[in-house]
Amino acid sequence: MQNLDDIRRRFDSVGYVAEPGLSVALRLLSQLKRPLLIEGEAGVGKTEVAKALAQAYERPLIRLQCYEGLDVNTAVYEWNYQRQLLAIKIHETRGHSADEEERHIFSESYLLKRPLLQAISMEQPPVLLIDEIDRADEEFEAYLLELLSDFQVSIPEIGTIKAVSVPYVILTSNATRELSDALRRRCLYYYMEFPSFDKELNIVSKRLPEVSAALASQLVAFVQSLRALDLRKKPGIAETLDWAGALLGMDVAKLDQDPDSLIPTLVCLLKTREDRTAVTTDVVRRLVAASA
Amino acid sequence: MLVEAVPGNQAEQRLLARIIGFTRLARDNGFQVGIHEGLDAARIAARCQVADQHGLRWGLRTLLCGRPSDWRRYDELFDAYWRGAVTGGRSELTGASDRAGQTAGAAHDGPVLSRGADANEDQTADASGRRGGASEQLSMARTDFRHFTDAGDLRRLEDLVERLARRMLRRIARRRRLARRGSRISLRHTLRKCLRYGGTPFELVFRARQWRLPRLVLLLDVSGSMNLYSMLFLRFARALVEVFRDIEVFVFHTDLVRVTDALRQRDERRRAESLALISTGWSGGTRIGAALDDFYTRFSGRLLTRRTIAVVMSDGLDTGPPDQLAAALGRVRRRVRRVVWLNPLKGRPGYAPAAAGMQAALPHVDVFAPAHNLESLAALEPHLVGL
Repeated sequence: MQNLDDIRRRFDSVGYVAEPGLSVALRLLSQLKRPLLIEGEAGVGKTEVAKALAQAYERPLIRLQCYEGLDVNTAVYEWNYQRQLLAIKIHETRGHSADEEERHIFSESYLLKRPLLQAISMEQPPVLLIDEIDRADEEFEAYLLELLSDFQVSIPEIGTIKAVSVPYVILTSNATRELSDALRRRCLYYYMEFPSFDKELNIVSKRLPEVSAALASQLVAFVQSLRALDLRKKPGIAETLDWAGALLGMDVAKLDQDPDSLIPTLVCLLKTREDRTAVTTDVVRRLVAASA
Repeated sequence: MLVEAVPGNQAEQRLLARIIGFTRLARDNGFQVGIHEGLDAARIAARCQVADQHGLRWGLRTLLCGRPSDWRRYDELFDAYWRGAVTGGRSELTGASDRAGQTAGAAHDGPVLSRGADANEDQTADASGRRGGASEQLSMARTDFRHFTDAGDLRRLEDLVERLARRMLRRIARRRRLARRGSRISLRHTLRKCLRYGGTPFELVFRARQWRLPRLVLLLDVSGSMNLYSMLFLRFARALVEVFRDIEVFVFHTDLVRVTDALRQRDERRRAESLALISTGWSGGTRIGAALDDFYTRFSGRLLTRRTIAVVMSDGLDTGPPDQLAAALGRVRRRVRRVVWLNPLKGRPGYAPAAAGMQAALPHVDVFAPAHNLESLAALEPHLVGL
């Protein structure tokens, strides 16, 4: 991942439009071996970056979805207790010593590797996506920090497992909670904005080539002006694509043909009741007229 | 690493000095930049083709920024520092590096741009962007809120108050995580314990019982006499609203208004709007008893349980009849776990609860605490969290 043009081309080929800034960030990610923290509003395509990176470079993608209460046993490793219990029962009659027994049932074959351990024990460095890190507890964040700087995991029963390869780590955050300064300092940082008109148009035409150019530019302009309104939840890229698909299914050729028929399709874009009531028929007509 | 990063070429060494100057400038402007970032910046300069200003601008951006506010200020900072030096291509860059060499030392005192008013920012930095020492924070913690008059101080104080509430959350989350597992069998510990019996699980190890958070009901006095404190308490309440899931906030002067939803607004502007709407008529007289009665009739059925902690923040200077206050508070107290009364006057030397309202209320109060400075707010945690 040395050449910026190459990065862009590869991302292009998997249908992801990477901005120049993002390609630089990704290049640094591979050069400095530091995790990349991506922040931005919901729906700007943070998670997509990791997916596209994995696809573009044909790496496996390992995903860890964070939530409140996520702990080491679900994120790193867990012993397979059921199998251990069975093994103890089975070996009971064979008269092994307790030491042998213990060494056996705490061997790697009884170890369940959870995403983080999996990620550092792969031959080929995978892409490790740690999604919504802000949802995890602070203690887990601290643990993660340790793992991301040393790339090793210590398991009391076995010892320390060192990383076979250093994965490409991408963290995403919606800022539901302020992240610690230590984590921020450890990571490279990228702030993702909603896409510009050109970029979004590019995305729509890449993902949904069936949409005519005229309709695509109209609907993107519409969504862009919708985002400029004071909404509770601004529509993201996925919403734009959903809506484009819906319009396609309804055989809409142009938005200004029949603005009123668009109202029911707005369920694709507006996801809260406040927003539904804020965007009235008049507003829709005005936006359609402006984007025509 | 540094050795590897330092190129032999003299012009490039000057560039390196320039880059280090830039990282220093970023640090002076409140970016979280350490030695590591300096080294990595040098590596970026050496390895990434510095000539293209794109690589430099974006590379240093991903490296030096750590939060959205940094991200937005970065361009301004970058242009201020490199203007003229990196406008186009390498020739200009090396041409400018003679000048760069001279300015590198001075760059430390380079432009320090004004810091935005973003609430997330570290407000402990003073106007020049340098961090205040620990002693400054300490003295702030002990100063009575009413002595803060400077607008900047007040903003910093409000941020500290918010952070205080967040710290509470951290501790709560930890305790809750340990206890939340409920009364399930812990296989890990069971197996460990039963190894000596050859693995037959004779003794089961259970996880701890569920640990529940109380419901908080805050009643804030926003009458004229509380003027110096009410905005701060509101800020504190706002942070608590983010921290506790189960919380209701009311403000009262002569009437009682529920403000939970207004405080819950994420959008700063909308929140200010809804609060401004609600706050018409603030800073008038107080009728605490009437307000509590009103609260009791409208909300007690839904809100007051054995798991509720009722917190009243008021100086107790009541214009209504004291009997009414005593009766109302007594009714509330019978329905809840605990009544906490926070009185900012209590922190003043020589204070005695002489006001008729306060005297009437005291028999029905479980915890009577001061709330006049940061330290006293921090000391509240056990009263607010424990059941």
